[in-house]
Amino acid sequence: MSILIGKNTRVMTQGMTGKVGQFHTVNCKAYANGMNCFVAGVNPKKAGEQFEGIPVYASVLDAKAATGATVSVIYVPPSGAAAAIDEAVDAELDLVICITEGIPVHDMLHTRYRMQGKKTLLIGPNCPGLITPEEIKIGIMPGHIHKKGRIGVVSRSGTLTYEAVGQLTALGLGQSSCVGIGGDPINGLKHQDVMKLFNDDPDTDAVIMVGEIGGSDEEECARWIKGNMRKPVVGFIAGVTAPPGKRMGHAGAIISGGQGGANEKLAVMEECGIHITRNPAEMGRLMQKVLKG
Amino acid sequence: MKIHEYQGKEILRQFEVPTPRGMACFTVNEAVAAAQQLGGAVWVVKAQIHAGGRGKGGGVKVARSIEEVRGAAQQILGMHLVTHQTGQDGQVVRRLLIEEGAQIVSEYYLGMVIDRSKQRVALLASSEGGMEVEEVASRTPEKIHKVWIDPVAGLTDAAADDVSRKIGIPTAALANARTVLHGLYRAFVEKDAMLAEINPLVLTADGRVLALDAKFNFDSNALYRHPEIVAYRDLDEEDPAEIEASKFDLSYISLDGDIGCLVNGAGLAMATMDIIKLYGGSPANFLDVGGGASKEKVTEAFKLMLKNPKLKAILVNIFGGIMKCDVIAEGVVAAAREVHLSVPLVVRLEGTNVELGKKILAESGLPIISGNDMADAAQKVVAAAKGSQ
Repeated sequence: MSILIGKNTRVMTQGMTGKVGQFHTVNCKAYANGMNCFVAGVNPKKAGEQFEGIPVYASVLDAKAATGATVSVIYVPPSGAAAAIDEAVDAELDLVICITEGIPVHDMLHTRYRMQGKKTLLIGPNCPGLITPEEIKIGIMPGHIHKKGRIGVVSRSGTLTYEAVGQLTALGLGQSSCVGIGGDPINGLKHQDVMKLFNDDPDTDAVIMVGEIGGSDEEECARWIKGNMRKPVVGFIAGVTAPPGKRMGHAGAIISGGQGGANEKLAVMEECGIHITRNPAEMGRLMQKVLKG
Repeated sequence: MKIHEYQGKEILRQFEVPTPRGMACFTVNEAVAAAQQLGGAVWVVKAQIHAGGRGKGGGVKVARSIEEVRGAAQQILGMHLVTHQTGQDGQVVRRLLIEEGAQIVSEYYLGMVIDRSKQRVALLASSEGGMEVEEVASRTPEKIHKVWIDPVAGLTDAAADDVSRKIGIPTAALANARTVLHGLYRAFVEKDAMLAEINPLVLTADGRVLALDAKFNFDSNALYRHPEIVAYRDLDEEDPAEIEASKFDLSYISLDGDIGCLVNGAGLAMATMDIIKLYGGSPANFLDVGGGASKEKVTEAFKLMLKNPKLKAILVNIFGGIMKCDVIAEGVVAAAREVHLSVPLVVRLEGTNVELGKKILAESGLPIISGNDMADAAQKVVAAAKGSQ
């Protein structure tokens, strides 16, 4: 087991035929059971064509009907990406992973509003995707740094997630699933939502949560952990040195109105029983120490 | 993206939000001519810079004669205006807004932001106009009223009137306040704003509700559909290094320290700054080269960092995913040669093709210090920066 996706998941790719979509589809297909997992692409202008042996359909509904895919990954450019999410939600897919960076915030407000009461879960946008090591990789992360195991990873960042995973793997600690929830202010699953899934997953023993400045997602997750989490959590927050009012690359990474500072987040997390480190090079070793008790 | 007050007021007027009559000026003579054209007996001379807190810093003056307008304009134009948002060097004032004076009865605060937790646009309103809203929020949070706006229904008349009453707008002025609230919300949505503030909003002696200030911050991801907002950009208000970086699609922010950082990914870039600090150093910048950096991009990134006279050492920290370590290594070597690197360089590579990348660095003959992991690299660059002092 794992969370959200496994070797039997069937995936369609929206934006598969673009340059970015092609590149990552090849890599995802080549990873573990990817050959069997990536079953469809969507592009209304290229229906009937194939890419790498994967058939292209005119719509998400067509792709779902023809292949039984229940998950979609989106590489559509920013101006059309919110509409691509809407289409997947309307087709009642189980899960949508939006990799696209740079979607206008107001577009995402509307998309999230439309998603209320719908069954579809969203990961991202502006995220690396998620992976269940040695089973399936949906997204842009380098597959080879992962190792199958029992540690969950949830993060708002891309390469900093790879850093955490790389440290775990180097210490022989494999991962159950690794989820990048993305760096945008308006997104789908939050730290807390993913944490709940790891808490209920019998194959996850402990979780690393990697946060960054901006918003209050990490604090809300920490408060939930305090009352509910049955597994140890190791946490790191990037941006202790970030000055207020400056957007640090990610649209969501900004300290504004006196909110969202790294020290404040770390204090709440520590108070809620999370094993925190202020050293990003120590995430793996701290997890090893916590597991040894 | 930020804009000036007078530009913000232009936008507000397009959405039927009343503002005092005013004109933007670049010289003292223009300021005097503007005051004469506006007429009346009282004018306000306002420095136009992107930072807040202009009044306290001496950038806003009331003038009661044309001569006073001239004097205030002479005083303010060209001054280094220091506010709590500008840093100690201040910001040079290059533009003025000359406005007619208003007879103020009451002052209020209006703000609009994107509420991340509720995933809605939030309207914030307070009876405490003119003050720093953060101060009001921390001292008297009960004086800040919030309305979360349904994106389909929009801001309803009932919600607008309710919040107006709560902040003390008299019944006779409710209809005028409603116009302001609707206009502000429409401007916020239609122009893809991330933040909008009218502070203060005022009630005048003749019952009008006027925006005396206007502050906007727009979503840079949505500028592609707003050429009219892009046209408002004032490069004088931005950090030259950050402007240069944006030309090459590099995400760069200047900081106070002396260790340059070149990293792929925003989260890892912040974490790299943090670990430098943790080991006793101080980062000179945030620099995210992004997921697909080319040799040219890496070279430009080096040039940017080296323009900083304070720079004592550089740390390159790359976790190669999509980006292959050998490509980055070639970029680093080419850049180091082209820019005649004058400070110690520490490179930490991890991920895809890492061995090949390390080999390229080792065989380059350049004095590159290799970091085995993030901690090792950070310690080495901090030591190198101290050594080159």
